[in-house]
This record gives sequence, C-alpha cells and structure tokens, in this order.
Amino acid sequence: MRVWKYGDDVNTDMLFPGKYTYTCATADEIKPHLLEDLDPEFAGKVQAGDIVMAGKNFGCGSSREQPALGLRAVGIEAVIAGSFARIFYRAAINQGLVLVECPEAVAAFRPGDDVTLDLAGGKILVAGKAYGFPPLPAQILAIRDAGGLLPYARAKLEKGK
Amino acid sequence: MGQTFAQKVLARAAGVRSVVPGQIVTVRPDHLLTHDNTSAIVGKIEKDLEKHGVVSTEMSIIVLDHVVPAVDEKTATGHRKVRDFVAKYGIEHFYDVGVGVCHQVVVEKGLALPGRVLVGSDSHTCAYGAVNAFATGIDRTEAAALLLTGETWLRVPPTIKITLQGALKSPVSAKDLVLKIIGDLGADGANYDAVEYHGDVASLSVDDRFVVANMGIEMGAKIAVFPFDAVTEKYLAAAGVPRTAYEPVWADADAEYKSEHTYNLAAIEPMIALPHKVDNVKRVKDAAGIEIQQALLGTCTNGRLSDLRAAAAVLDGRKVDPRVRLLVLPASREILEAALADGTLAKLVRAGGVVLPVGCGPCLGAHQGILAPGERCISTSNRNFKGRMGCKDSEIYLASPETVAASALKGVVTDPRG
Repeated sequence: MRVWKYGDDVNTDMLFPGKYTYTCATADEIKPHLLEDLDPEFAGKVQAGDIVMAGKNFGCGSSREQPALGLRAVGIEAVIAGSFARIFYRAAINQGLVLVECPEAVAAFRPGDDVTLDLAGGKILVAGKAYGFPPLPAQILAIRDAGGLLPYARAKLEKGK
Repeated sequence: MGQTFAQKVLARAAGVRSVVPGQIVTVRPDHLLTHDNTSAIVGKIEKDLEKHGVVSTEMSIIVLDHVVPAVDEKTATGHRKVRDFVAKYGIEHFYDVGVGVCHQVVVEKGLALPGRVLVGSDSHTCAYGAVNAFATGIDRTEAAALLLTGETWLRVPPTIKITLQGALKSPVSAKDLVLKIIGDLGADGANYDAVEYHGDVASLSVDDRFVVANMGIEMGAKIAVFPFDAVTEKYLAAAGVPRTAYEPVWADADAEYKSEHTYNLAAIEPMIALPHKVDNVKRVKDAAGIEIQQALLGTCTNGRLSDLRAAAAVLDGRKVDPRVRLLVLPASREILEAALADGTLAKLVRAGGVVLPVGCGPCLGAHQGILAPGERCISTSNRNFKGRMGCKDSEIYLASPETVAASALKGVVTDPRG
C-alpha cells in the first residue's frame, strides 16, 4: 500500500486535464490520464488499496467527474484530505469513492508513515496514532454504500413501480 | 431568527416550512442543465431510459457549446448522440451548435428565473444567481440520476454576506470586483457556502452580476446570488419573461450569516489573477509589463455585449501588438448579432481580433487557441489552472475586458487606466 501525498487546492485540471473531457468517459479511457499534469508517475504506478492524501480544497474547479470515477476504478481505498471542494465531494459519493475529511491526519503524515483507515470506527491511524473523523450523514452513506448514485437511483425507481 | 435566501428557496423546493444550515433536503430542481457532456450522461443510463424514459421533457436544458463545431469524429459522434437523445425523448429545451455558451443561453431564453432552483453538470451554473436563482453545479452521474428520477439531495449551506457600497469607477469593472473578493476570501473561502450580495447592487447591470455570480465557484461557493430588483425585472422583461412568471426570494434582514464582508466599489482597482490559481490576485499595476502572446476576450464570464463594447472602446481605431493573437468569443448568437449590428464587432476585427464560433472555445483547452509551452494568455475567462488551455507549460492571467484589451494593444500586461 502506498500513500500518494499532495498539497492544497489540487484542482480538477490537475486530476484530469480538461482537454480529454469530451473524449474520455469510461474508466479505461480515464485511467492513463489520471493526475497527468500533477504527478506523471501516478497513472503508471498506482495500485488497488493505495491512499491519496492531500491538503485543503481537494478537487476544486470543474464539475468533472472523471477524477472521482478514475480514482475509484484504479482501486484507491480513500482520499484523505484537509477539505474537499463540494462538486468533487458529491461526485465521489456518487461514484462510491471513499472520502475522509481529516486535516489532523494530513498534518501528521510524514513520507514513509503507515496509514490505516478504519472507516466503520471513524478513525485513521498514521504511524500508529489515531485521528478521528465524523461519520457521513445517513442519507449520503446510503448512496455511497449502494455503490454510487446510479445503483441507488435504480433501486429507488424499482421500488416506486 | 430570520432566514437566508438559501434557506427560503430550499425550504420551498423541499416542500417543508423551514430548514437550517447543515440539513439535507430532497428537492426537485426546476431545471437541469447539461451540455456536450449529455452524450456521456445518457451513455450511463441507456438501458434505464429504455425502461423508464425521462422523468420530464420540460426539466432538461441541453446546450451544445463546449467543443463546437465538433473538432473530430469523436466529438461529432458525441453531438449526434445528444441530438438523437433529444429527438427520441422529446426534450423541450435543446440548443444546438451556434446558439451560445450554456450559461448565457439559459438566461437569454428565460429559463433561469428568480427564486427557482437549477442544477447543471457544469461548475459555472452558479452564474444564474445574477438573476436571483438558486443555481449550482453537479457531476455527470448526478445529472444522469436526475434525468431518471427528477430529484436530488442538497445540503442547506451556511451563508456569507457581502455588502457592496458605492459604484465602480470606469475602466474598473465587475471582473475586478470579483477577482478582488476571491483574492481576499481564497479559493476555498466559500466552500460549501452560499454567497449573498447586498447593498448598492443597483449600480451593477445584470451583465456585471453575471460576472460576479459566475466566479462564485472560484471561491468554492455553492451559489452566489443577487437580490431581485428593477434592474433584474427590466432584463427579464427584455428576454420576454413577464413579472407574473416568477416569485423572487430574498433573505430576511435578521438572517444569520457565517461571516460578513463589505466592499467599497469606488476603491476597487484593476485586478489580475496570476498563474495557476484564481485566488492568486494582484493589482494589474503590480503585474504590468509581463509579456503576453494571446488575449482572450469573451466566454461565459465576460462574453456579453457590454464586455465586447468595453474592449472595443479601448481598441477602436488601433491595432493589437503584432506579437499578440486577440481571440474574440461572444457568449451567444444574440450577442454576436447585437455586436454586428452596433459596430462593436467591426472595431474588434479591425483591431486584429479573430472571431471564434460562439461557445466555450479555448477556455477549457479542448480546441481553438491552445497555447504552446512557454506562452502566456491574458483572458477574461474564469480559470487559470495549470494546463487549462491545453498546455501545462503555459500560463493564463485572468482580468477584465478593459485590461485584456489594453494589454493586447501593448503586448504586455497593461493597466487600462493608462
């Protein structure tokens, strides 16, 4: 497991360049360009179970869902950040990507530290020290736990019929 | 305790008596905007659409604007898929290539109205706050679910109150004001929040309000909204919307705010956002002399007639510096026609301007006016992120139409006050 650590205000153009927005929509099309202008190493080396850690305002900018879709598709366990920009936050929930807002854990992290996420317990272990984070509201958890918004909406539509 | 604009609108949209910040409500938006990304959106739910159809033919607004005319077979195919979807499901509000940038079109066609709730799969959907609408960006998957179900969840935002005093002094304009505010509050200064503009807003035209509301997202805002007044009413009447068609909403005098800020408009100077963050804001005079190779006038932020006129007034009878490519991107066909009719476009073209098809153009780096490594563009658009105009080794500077025009003449960043 590797932790990919970045700074504040990582925007959607850094996560997935705008020039590909109208030509890449599927996970396979998105993966090679993930974080292309931020960290050229990422797309080639990321592995399932890795964690992305960043400062405040992660995902600011466009209403571009490819970053959330792509990070989920490559198997990122969670993005842990100081804070998230709201459209990205929604996009992540809608894709079933786990986001954890915990500025204390981000501040404590040093390169090489082990990071373990205990989602159900609401805590992150950084080099053995625990940092808590509040649970998501029930309505939002229901969407994420359904595997994303579309499975959630489909179930609702079927129920309504 | 009084209520904010966001509280009142969301309570009404959710069909409950009152809501509080932090509360999550389920709403049925009045409209859903999607653009070229409609093809990817519908692609997610083809089978669901076969089974359930769209929940409403009237809710959806679709504008082809992001890569228009199509740049290659793939984008052309995307556009065709959108047209097929529109025809198959009888989507009422569809605007094909050449009508304009979605955010301009939505308002021009009278679809964004005071007190209404609109969501769009584009971050600058917040622009409709200019006409007192609650409007915010969502992602593609959410747009797909909305096409099927017609509803979504919204968290009631806390609100930041910004009070404007006095009037801007030409050639300072609305872009300078909003850059100043974003520079002060920061790129996440309003993250998850609503921003209400109060005070002497009557001195700002609806075009000005668009510039300010459009850039709300650049400080993270969920919505950025102006009160309804005689200026809004006149604007909507000219767009063919009678006063009886909508119900404006505004905050109570004793509403509770997360923070409050006041700006003296007469003291605002020409401002510029330096690479690669929109909140990296300086006075133009402190950045003067930086060489530029491209100047972009237009987009959904500053592509309205008053913006083109302001630039034309600076450029009239003169020529842009031979080292500079001046790109002119009107926000809609209506604006293009008006600029043709009143001679504005002739002035811009004679000065050396290259007129681009109405749409998003170079702003998102997908086509038209891509930069080369090492090049700099001064632009009236809303984002200067690294790589935004298609090249990660280029730089984008954001400024007003007046500053962009003055800089195009000199070939370097130039204060329009001379």
